[in-house]
Amino acid sequence: MTDLAQKLTDRAAKATGSAASGRSGWRRWLPVAIPLAVLALLIFLPWMRFPVPGVLPGVVNSPGSMQLLALCLVTAGIALSYDVLFGRTGLLSFGHALFVGAGAYAAAIALGKWGASLGLAVLVVLACAIVLPLVVGAIALRVKGIAFAMVTLAFAQAVAITAARNPGGLTGGEEGLSLNRSALPSFLSGVVNAPYRYWLALGFLVVCVLVVLWLTTARTGHAWAAVRENEDRVEVLGMSAYRTKLTAVVVAGFLGTLGGFIQLIIIGGANPHLLSTELTLSLLIMVVLGGAGSRWGAVIGGVVYVLLDNRLQELSTSSTIAELPSFLRIPLSQPVFVLGLLFVLVVYFAPGGLTAVGGRVKRWVAGRRS
Amino acid sequence: MSAERAGGSVLSLADVTVRIAGSHILHGIDLDVAEGGVTALLGRNGVGKSTTLKAILGIVASAGRIEFDGRDIAGQPTHRIVRAGIGYVPEDRDVFAGLTVAQNLELAEQPGVEPDYDTVHELFPELLERRKQRAGTLSGGQQQMVALARVMLNPARLLLVDEPTKGLAPKLVEQVGDALARIAERTTVLLVEQNLPLVRRIARDAVVLDTGRVVHRSPAAELMADETLLDSLLGVSAAVPEAGKAVRE
Amino acid sequence: MSTLILILVTGVGLGALYFLVASGLSLIYGLMHVLNFAHGAFLTAGAYAAWVAMGYLSGLGGWAFPLAIVIGMVVGAIIGAAVEFCLIRPLYQRHIEQVLVTVGLGLMAVALFTGIWGADPQPFPRPEWTRQTTDIGGAAIPNDRFLLILAAGLLLAGLIALLKYTRIGLVIRAGVENRTMVQALGIDVRRTFTLVFALGGAAAALGGVLGSVYLGSVSPGQGTALLIFAFIVVVIGGFGSIGGTAIAALLVGLVQQMANYYVGSGIGDVSVVLLLAAVLLVRPAGLTGRTA
Repeated sequence: MTDLAQKLTDRAAKATGSAASGRSGWRRWLPVAIPLAVLALLIFLPWMRFPVPGVLPGVVNSPGSMQLLALCLVTAGIALSYDVLFGRTGLLSFGHALFVGAGAYAAAIALGKWGASLGLAVLVVLACAIVLPLVVGAIALRVKGIAFAMVTLAFAQAVAITAARNPGGLTGGEEGLSLNRSALPSFLSGVVNAPYRYWLALGFLVVCVLVVLWLTTARTGHAWAAVRENEDRVEVLGMSAYRTKLTAVVVAGFLGTLGGFIQLIIIGGANPHLLSTELTLSLLIMVVLGGAGSRWGAVIGGVVYVLLDNRLQELSTSSTIAELPSFLRIPLSQPVFVLGLLFVLVVYFAPGGLTAVGGRVKRWVAGRRS
Repeated sequence: MSAERAGGSVLSLADVTVRIAGSHILHGIDLDVAEGGVTALLGRNGVGKSTTLKAILGIVASAGRIEFDGRDIAGQPTHRIVRAGIGYVPEDRDVFAGLTVAQNLELAEQPGVEPDYDTVHELFPELLERRKQRAGTLSGGQQQMVALARVMLNPARLLLVDEPTKGLAPKLVEQVGDALARIAERTTVLLVEQNLPLVRRIARDAVVLDTGRVVHRSPAAELMADETLLDSLLGVSAAVPEAGKAVRE
Repeated sequence: MSTLILILVTGVGLGALYFLVASGLSLIYGLMHVLNFAHGAFLTAGAYAAWVAMGYLSGLGGWAFPLAIVIGMVVGAIIGAAVEFCLIRPLYQRHIEQVLVTVGLGLMAVALFTGIWGADPQPFPRPEWTRQTTDIGGAAIPNDRFLLILAAGLLLAGLIALLKYTRIGLVIRAGVENRTMVQALGIDVRRTFTLVFALGGAAAALGGVLGSVYLGSVSPGQGTALLIFAFIVVVIGGFGSIGGTAIAALLVGLVQQMANYYVGSGIGDVSVVLLLAAVLLVRPAGLTGRTA
């Protein structure tokens, strides 16, 4: 890369925070130590029996809670994959559900309709995870900006509509397909085995985090950030914006497709919602809520969204809500309303999402101490 | 600091900085435009001349002080700045291609202000002939006339004119020069130009920019007479070009 | 032959519905570069407003329906103007944030409607004459299609007149070409933005009401379903071009109907969606070539 190109990507890298922060002594290890500690905590969750009132439906290692947490983690991974496109590379896509749904349906069809073994199904999913984003990206990236967003929307919708029509009985139409558990190892099936599915989701999230972290700190990630900052200048400096963006689409699509497969195992079926625009928009909300482009924003956004959605569903049927006056009760009984409102508020008042708010709080606390 | 900073300044820029898409375009411009006549804003390609005009109009965000007739206009919305009495002739003319000549002019009319069509038709009789023609089908020179006519309809305290002769044939350059000279009789003009003979003809003061900073201020005649200085600041000579030869590059 | 006539007229009717929804979208995007995902909310709000009005106005007999349409359109216009003024305007020039906010609003609106009236479609009390059919060349065509075509025709004529003969229309046409230059002529385009949103809201609401007549019911999700097709029409026809939008709406409606009937149910939907991708890839600015 030329000197200028190097300077450009370095500046972009610093903007994304991947350069070392200027902390001294033991504080330098915090950005590594804290996530590792959280990971350790997450690994040992299935052995914890205490309740988390208001957040989890039962004690931590109850099947219901484990299932919910598994959903949180797999969604967080998928949200992270979407952040690669939107937050890191500045590509607004309305078609991410295409990858997620494809992962789920491909595996469900392979296992259920074709009676394939788990290994073969995994291979099918991996093949989709590479080929689909490549094809979609190669075509959609011929245009930029809003046109790109609309093309991705068009592809996702086309597939969603086709799947809903249940061609050849393959996709199960509006009902979707249920997972054929006979091909899965027994420890992944059954209510009592919820912790194993939880660890599977955790494993998926860790893989996503590691992949994205590795790429972000490497030249690829710097190129993504450079494209996000100013695409035209990237071209002038001799980098191919198209290739950079295509890499982003392939990485995001790969992780998204994988996420769809994991989702299939967790919830036990593939359904049209996984291919829907609503799913993509919820990913957008998660990413913005958490803080687009920040290291942990998408992950936090994903977890918060799923938890909030679940808790709000519970709340909407509870007695406390029923007693409220109708102008409060009606909106609050709709989780999507609350989430949408939160999203709009974040866009207005906290564009950096929850992580930025967290950063501001940290600085405020530090300011008061000094 | 320039001696013109005392009273008589229609426009005053102090430490104006502009950043676009992460790039620092203007690095603290200090500029005064004295009342009456033409002040030429000169410099090589890409030094920030057009950006300076856009900053004055609020088309690009800027930091620093911008005073028009003593009032601070920095940060105000563009349409209010224009209503306050500043006209703009942009570099690419920016006529509305889908509208007719008459409609382009009509848009420029301001409520409560009697539009001066007489002067416009006198200086640009062609525009009267082509009233119903779609502006997109006009030649470059004709579009330039529309762009100039637009700002002449209303009385303005200051006109910002960006490279009006760019890409025009010599005869049209003459015509534009005549129009500008006429305009300058009754209003102050800040003129960005690379056409030095035109500058020599009508400019009273000259300000030179280089990489986002003001590097020279003087009466225009002084600068035009100094070939070595011209060459070092602009990289061109002010000699009248031979027929068929480009003025620069 | 009569089947062909039926398909053609219903295709045009569908195109008319799309035009009602897409015209506002096209102007909004062409002038303001805002991709208004809340447009479906204007549509649904207008439909529900008319539905509620029909309930209260049933004593007025034949006048109830036209009044309900007017009420729906007024509600649509007010909501459109309010959204622009309160939510879009503060984010001036921040296009990504504007899109995000409209996305959020669209979702909130659907949720709100679901909360108030439930997720199930409610039957829409359409006037008797819209349920009847008229015979044309042996084909029995439902009268509500004619209503749609008439409304779309009137809207098209009205918009063209607005754009050609009024100063506001001049400002809009100039603004679609070059918003900054309009500002540089001393015109406050922001007021035009609010007007365009109000117009778009009213047109969408009209589409919502007539769409409910066509479907026979109102439901919270009908705006979102129609919105996708409206986007397709706007993109194919070219942003900011009313004529282009009209042609594209006709094209999409006809292709969809004919493909759904002659090839297979659902194929029409897929093909217009793919038509969108095809047009964008060949001409990112849409068929009429305005800058996207």
